[in-house]
Amino acid sequence: MQTSLMLALLLAAAPAQAATAYVTNEKGNSVTLVDLDKLVAVKTVEVGQRPRGIALSKDEKLLYVCLGDDDTIAILDAKTLERVGELPSGIDPEQIRLSPDGKLAFVANENDAMLTAIDLETKRAITEIPVGVEPEGVAVSKDGEIVVNTSETTSMAHFIDWRAKKVIANVLVGARPRYAEFAPDGKELWVSSEVGGGVSVIDSEKYVVVGKIGFEVPGLAKEQIQPVGIRFAQDGKLAFVALGPANRVAIIDVASRKPIKYLLVGQRVWQLALSPDGKYLVSTNGVTNDISVIDIAAGKVMKSIPVGSFPWGVAISSQ
Amino acid sequence: MHPPFGATIRRLTKSLAWLAGAAQCLSLLAVAPAAADPLEVNIGILRQVHSRETISLIDIPAADDFVAGAKMALEDNNTTGRFNEQSFSLVDAKIGAKEDPAAKMDAMIAQGVKLFVVDLPPDQLIAVADHAHDALIFNAGAQDERVREQDCRANVFHTTPSRTMRADGLAEYLIWKQWRRWFLVVGSHPDDKQLGEAYVRAARKFGAKIVETRTFEDAGGGRRSDSGVVQVQRQMPVFTQKAPDYDVLIAADESNVFAGYLPYRTWDARPVAGSAGLMPTSWDPSHDLWGANQLQNRFFKLFRRAMFERDNQAWTATRIIGEAVAHSKSADVQTLRAYLRGPDFSVADFKGTRLTIRLWNQQLRQPILLTDGRTTVSASPQEGYLHQVSELDTLGLDQPETKCKLP
Repeated sequence: MQTSLMLALLLAAAPAQAATAYVTNEKGNSVTLVDLDKLVAVKTVEVGQRPRGIALSKDEKLLYVCLGDDDTIAILDAKTLERVGELPSGIDPEQIRLSPDGKLAFVANENDAMLTAIDLETKRAITEIPVGVEPEGVAVSKDGEIVVNTSETTSMAHFIDWRAKKVIANVLVGARPRYAEFAPDGKELWVSSEVGGGVSVIDSEKYVVVGKIGFEVPGLAKEQIQPVGIRFAQDGKLAFVALGPANRVAIIDVASRKPIKYLLVGQRVWQLALSPDGKYLVSTNGVTNDISVIDIAAGKVMKSIPVGSFPWGVAISSQ
Repeated sequence: MHPPFGATIRRLTKSLAWLAGAAQCLSLLAVAPAAADPLEVNIGILRQVHSRETISLIDIPAADDFVAGAKMALEDNNTTGRFNEQSFSLVDAKIGAKEDPAAKMDAMIAQGVKLFVVDLPPDQLIAVADHAHDALIFNAGAQDERVREQDCRANVFHTTPSRTMRADGLAEYLIWKQWRRWFLVVGSHPDDKQLGEAYVRAARKFGAKIVETRTFEDAGGGRRSDSGVVQVQRQMPVFTQKAPDYDVLIAADESNVFAGYLPYRTWDARPVAGSAGLMPTSWDPSHDLWGANQLQNRFFKLFRRAMFERDNQAWTATRIIGEAVAHSKSADVQTLRAYLRGPDFSVADFKGTRLTIRLWNQQLRQPILLTDGRTTVSASPQEGYLHQVSELDTLGLDQPETKCKLP
């Protein structure tokens, strides 16, 4: 009786359950913790030099923060934001992606054209795979079998068979690919090209580009459109692309691969994250020192929240 | 040769330590060898040897000046090519000041070279273009307007920014800064005078006022002596005295004769820009924005020195070839030219934006970095300078002004 009552209370509380966004501030050398329920920044904590990529552990207890100028990845306690350890990252880590089972972290090392996998349990680098020049974005398929790495100067997405530790396909995309993301059904991989100005849609079984998404914003020169972060809505019907100095997040109809709306956010929008309930999208706006919280169902920006200096990456916890 | 740059060295040492560990994994190169014959692309480098007479020790050209950039781009192209069944190589030749480049070109053409990355004065550049109609020439050195205007050629692409592009890039910033009154000092060599004209044009274009133009005569002689700074310290204040009120002194000194002596030595306490002080350029060893320190680090690792503008120019030109070959899957000159002129071409060059080709004269559109040699102070186009096609076209001669008529 008591348990079911508690369960009922818990369920009733669920919609209002507070999510927390962790935002890295590239120039502020800090992480800002934002309460997404109340839509306020709670605190900003110094973490080290040039924090960019950020990821949450599967149990949401730990944060991994790439500290480019400290040449390390800090492990932070997600509650206290205190440093509890480090991962061996190599020089100037920028992005980190975890495997779906939460056991591995993938880090691209731009200086030596390697993709490194780190065992999060032992905190040791266990595999390195040579990829293209200046590797950057990493995406992992849901089953963890395929790891994709994009390389900026080579302009390719490298598909790696993770069991065989072997590159099985290299797909040429637009110039300076920054970010890769699998669609929720796993059938497509989307890669943003910051300099090419578009998104390449790759068939993730045939490894060929099956579509290209371009962006046009009235009144903006095409050079200003520099796609970086990509996220899919949970149902896979919509996708979101951060357009950098175009200061907008594009909403894309996945079926037709066409942008249907451009949301004005802050300046130089870089990365995106989806709240765990799938209702909100958060964008980091580097130059305006804020994040925008987007209501996905309404297709509107709800609020801009000031964070630290030059926000770059964002991870969202359900806690 | 060049004095090491502390920060880069420290970073490098760290990266080397990391590399040592990573190097052994390279042997596990995970890519299956190509089944088909790889597409082979041989690139010819034709370069002049620049004077070692520079004001600053830091600017003395290295023995592998220019070609080092091409070599690094070749590695980049080959990394892509490794995945793509394409392989790139280069042949390097130095061309003397009075030499006809034809003989060395013919030797390269005999080796199958159809693509040339070139740093030559304008007359030799035109000679190269006219000698090999069936080749594609990438001008990564000559800044002269005429090779892009009345003397333009259909088989020449220009990757280095022209003098007017540089002057306009500086002008936009100076106007933004509200430094509108310019004291222009021009060297006595023809190249200096052309650069001076570019600044006069920029002043007219952006609404600056040149309060006085003075010529600095090159009296010859060496740049360095054991007598120290005594003479320069006395000469430069006197040379710049009695100028009308001005905000900034602009030096036009491509010949490296006097500009480097101006900062901190002007009669009036005024900043210096142009060939010294705040300099418009396409690259500087201190540039680290938009991911540029990745490129700087890779270059340092390969050549144990910093990457200078000519190195970067050669890198960009060779990377453009790599991009065009990778995307068009061809080494055919006409296919590559069509790709570079087509809607799909753009190249990344660590300047925060995509670089594309101006179709009317085949000049690479690009931002102009403004450097003080220590940091990138700004990059033009400045915000607010609008253009109907591309804000990058606010820099340099624009389509309506062009004298170039390509077939």
